Amino acid sequence: MMQTVRNFELYTPKLIEKREFFSSGHRACQGCGEVLALRLVLKALGRDTVVANATGCMEIISTPYPTTAWEVPYIHVAFENAAVVASGVEAGLKALRRKGKIADRDVKAVGIAGDGGTADIGMQALSGAMERGHDMLFVCLDNEAYMNTGIQRSSSTPFMAATTTSPAGTVIPGQRTGKKNMPEIMVAHRVPYVATACPSYPLDLINKVKKARKLKGPSYIHVFSTCPTGWRAPSREAVKLGRLAVETGVFPLYEVENGKYRLTVETPEKRRSVADYFKSQGRFRHLTPDQIKIFQERVDGEYRQLMNKIKHSRSWQE
Amino acid sequence: MSKRTGMEVAIAAAEAVALCNIDVAAVYPITPQSHIAEHLSDIVHNGRIDAEFITVESEHSAMSACAGASATGARVYTATSSQGLILMHEILPIVSAMRLPVVMGNANRALSGPLNIWNDHSDIMSVRDCGWIQLFAENGQEVIDLTIQSFKMAEHPDVMLPAVVNLDGFQLTHMIEPMEFPTQEEVNRFLPERAPFATLHPDKPVSMGCFNMPDIFTETMMAKNEALVNSKQTILKIWDEWEKQFGRRYKPVETYFSEDAETLILTMGSMSETASVAVDEMRKKGKRVGLLRLRLWRPFPLEELRSALKGCKTLIVMDRALSFGGAGGPVGTEIKSLLFHDKSRPRIVNFLMGLGGRDMKVEDFIAMVERAGKKKDETYEFYGVRQ
Repeated sequence: MMQTVRNFELYTPKLIEKREFFSSGHRACQGCGEVLALRLVLKALGRDTVVANATGCMEIISTPYPTTAWEVPYIHVAFENAAVVASGVEAGLKALRRKGKIADRDVKAVGIAGDGGTADIGMQALSGAMERGHDMLFVCLDNEAYMNTGIQRSSSTPFMAATTTSPAGTVIPGQRTGKKNMPEIMVAHRVPYVATACPSYPLDLINKVKKARKLKGPSYIHVFSTCPTGWRAPSREAVKLGRLAVETGVFPLYEVENGKYRLTVETPEKRRSVADYFKSQGRFRHLTPDQIKIFQERVDGEYRQLMNKIKHSRSWQE
Repeated sequence: MSKRTGMEVAIAAAEAVALCNIDVAAVYPITPQSHIAEHLSDIVHNGRIDAEFITVESEHSAMSACAGASATGARVYTATSSQGLILMHEILPIVSAMRLPVVMGNANRALSGPLNIWNDHSDIMSVRDCGWIQLFAENGQEVIDLTIQSFKMAEHPDVMLPAVVNLDGFQLTHMIEPMEFPTQEEVNRFLPERAPFATLHPDKPVSMGCFNMPDIFTETMMAKNEALVNSKQTILKIWDEWEKQFGRRYKPVETYFSEDAETLILTMGSMSETASVAVDEMRKKGKRVGLLRLRLWRPFPLEELRSALKGCKTLIVMDRALSFGGAGGPVGTEIKSLLFHDKSRPRIVNFLMGLGGRDMKVEDFIAMVERAGKKKDETYEFYGVRQ
């Protein structure tokens, strides 16, 4: 497996862009998986990028006026419209380039939002932007709740996880619903490139962003971004939790190219138990062995479904 | 100058936008704006102008796409009405605070509920305080002229603010009127290419839309207010230029028989034409009645209003929207408050009328003038309520 290669740092100069497009000194929490993902996404995208960001953690930590952490052109308008602002940017650049009003260069419009700005309030704008087929990438940095406002549940919060609006009560044990499957919804839009990624697997993430960058048309990458603050986990666990999510099959890393599914990071033959993933996270601390079993069964079921797609799906061209 | 053409006003609005050689339009259809959306897409799809037409999935997205496109330096346009306008409400003050020029046509229509697709001004009044330049057209010719002028106002380096041209739904959008279109060469001469202050491009990366802490927010709001207040000078300059080139004079407050008038009616938008006929009728009978038409609503032209009110004893403000549970209509309330300290201010009578498409005829204006003469106090009043 490429991601567990020894002496990783010896290889990285060739594989990872040295230049930083998201500068240090921003105000993210210690161990923030989201900002780690963002940094890698921008490295993979390179300088010819315009970012439209949604309101949320990444916006708040990076742009208190008059400072900015962004080395690429950046715009923030509101919470639910990152995708459509990006589509406006794409249309503007396209028209100006065609009319010879700006340099004839390929600049990629990229929308970035958290899970709330993607799967909840941003869903409509995202659906519209993807359906219209703009040449743009949308990146969801999914930390599985509204962390910026103080850890409230979203439709991307996992089943039974405790948040401040889905508390582990005596009657209701946390989040009542399962995690919304955003990548699947994007596949249903016939988006030519859909992928899941996690900064705990940096090369896989970079490869996927590069692939999306090259593509002419819409693409969507759903990035699992650990949030030690919101998950009530130690900061040092941030990278490890991402790995555990993949190794347990809670968040498999795959891509869907023109409808064809492919696992990009092999999950171990014998997947680890979800209990291993839960161990250091306060948001799952309240779960009883029976509840953990229910969760395990759901993960197994979803994983089987995905494996079926990987086995049987064909690209639209086939 | 080309000859007069008979055309539906909504179609003419789209034609005016085409003359401005826009780069991006993002439009979502809504009655009674839809003919603008349809005709503009027709123009783009037939290659009459080189622009991107974004068929957004909502008005909220229309305004958001306009923000993104304007930030790249593109010339952008959208059009909406009523529910669509208030759906984009969230984005309106952001666009103005970011100083992004966007031109919007708003086919004025009543806000729900109950659902009503007909004309009044409750839509635009509910977004009054968003920091946009707000203009009201009386007829088709003004729709064409104000639309073209708006791009110059919005994009002017001394302004850099979004602008909305209000045209009354149905009463204006669906009327077929004779209008004069400037030629493409004339518009090119009047309207320069947009020269944006900053754009989203990797050659010179900038961050737009950074959030403000309490230590700077007040100053940002003050700067935005100053920008809008000061835009009046540029607007007046642009109207001078327009008159020089096209011969049609535009003023923030239009006056009709106002010089010696004891009673002045103040209107906005298309009903002003009916009101002017009513003034003619009353003048024939020797009544000293005149008409003021507020064309520029934001920034508010206080000086122009003051000078137009000289010698006026009764000002009748016609409001086509109201502040529920408040002091009356938004225009009446505002004028009362602006003139509060003026020693020689007229008595101000505020009528709420013409709501949700209720037709206001010549005799209605005459009746309101009569009623205003008898009215003892300055409280607002609904006109024409069915018993």
